[in-house]
Amino acid sequence: MIDVETALGHMTDSARAFIERRPVLIGIHTGGVWIAERLHERLGFKEPLGTLDISFYRDDFSRVGIHPQVKTSHLPIPLDGRHIILVDDVLHTGRTIRAAMNELFDFARPASIALAVLIVRDGRELPIQPDIVGVSISLRPRQHIKLTGPDPLGIRIMERTE
Amino acid sequence: MIGAQPGGVHRRRHFLTTEDLGGRAITEILDTAESFISVGEREIKKVPLLRGKTIVNLFFESSTRTRTTFEIAGKRLSADIININTSVSATQKGESLLDTVRNLEAMHTDLFVVRHPMSGAADLIARSVPSHVHVVNAGDGRHAHPTQGLLDMFTIRRYKGDFRHLVVAIVGDVLHSRVARSQIHALTALGTKEVRVVGPRSLLPVAVESLGVTAYTDMAEGLRGADVIIMLRLQFERMSGALIPSAREYFDLYGLTQERLALAGKNAIVMHPGPMNRGLEIASDVADGPQAVILPQVTNGIAVRMAILARLAGASAGEGRTP
Repeated sequence: MIDVETALGHMTDSARAFIERRPVLIGIHTGGVWIAERLHERLGFKEPLGTLDISFYRDDFSRVGIHPQVKTSHLPIPLDGRHIILVDDVLHTGRTIRAAMNELFDFARPASIALAVLIVRDGRELPIQPDIVGVSISLRPRQHIKLTGPDPLGIRIMERTE
Repeated sequence: MIGAQPGGVHRRRHFLTTEDLGGRAITEILDTAESFISVGEREIKKVPLLRGKTIVNLFFESSTRTRTTFEIAGKRLSADIININTSVSATQKGESLLDTVRNLEAMHTDLFVVRHPMSGAADLIARSVPSHVHVVNAGDGRHAHPTQGLLDMFTIRRYKGDFRHLVVAIVGDVLHSRVARSQIHALTALGTKEVRVVGPRSLLPVAVESLGVTAYTDMAEGLRGADVIIMLRLQFERMSGALIPSAREYFDLYGLTQERLALAGKNAIVMHPGPMNRGLEIASDVADGPQAVILPQVTNGIAVRMAILARLAGASAGEGRTP
């Protein structure tokens, strides 16, 4: 079973390689924000972290419609020319990350974006790979992994029945 | 006037009235609108939700605020917007309403925003379009102006919070007001503590109490303790006879002045759907005063209309276009 604290430790260790670029942490709602908050604390960053809700940028909007409880994207500092670490809980198809990058570029032109995820699983549909990883797992296509939280953080694996 | 609202799928595809919306549905739309507020505050005021969709603003009655805010709302969602005003349209050459719509449909329009002087016009169009096309009512005759009604609810909620504690006074020409009708249905659905209509008997609909409101013909009584005051425009263009003695006398009896405003709750907000007749239904110093939220209403209109457009476009989720 996956231990969240151990995985967060791995992320923190590999994130240190990015520190001299003075990166800005940006978490993707909802799970990615929880992870970004933990990383922010462990790395002792002074600058506030940003949060991103990608609902308005999803490529499946015309199939699933709009969710009424969209959170607001909150980017408290100017991102032009900054190095960004984009944080999410699970990297699966890569579509969320694509949407997040599209949204980020509507706010600013960052110098670079690195991707940090707690869990990377198989099933990529886009050429997107993480730079910072907590743990890698392999799941069956019907299996679905979810971060629960915010306190304490936990992992749930569900079998989709469709 | 078309009375009964079509149910089910029709209701999800189109936005025609507030009458069939429950408190929960309204709250969902207001929550969605809340999340669109932030889009208007950032550098690039655009999200790609409706990219590639075509919206036609079909206005058979003049409008600045409503048409412009719909246009901005559509553009912020990345849709393509075409404006058609009656003065330049084919209907003046004798083409019927539905023929005009069919021609626009043939140009692959995805969504119509319709304003028309006849009650039920938007509904008529909604019944005739194919299933992938959506219709939004932007005001039909005296019947309804549901997007205005909801942007007013959004504004009230932002300033005053929970509707269950609020006394709301709707003042003036309720008889001719489609806005008032949409507001009353929405306020009732949201469980507002008390909804009052205030005005001369000649400008209040017969049996208005059946809508769940209290009627006042005395302005002072009607305003006492109100948390929200909604002033309505006197609609001379819809009056067939002399319903008020004179403009001067109307202002003396029902105009919102500072003295009258002082009768309402201490932090009462003053709203007006526009366009305002200064010195007729509202004094200039009240309209420009600290309690007026008339311009925020306009700004909020963009986010609320974005929410309604986005929800409709998302409602065709999973349904293929008919060939």
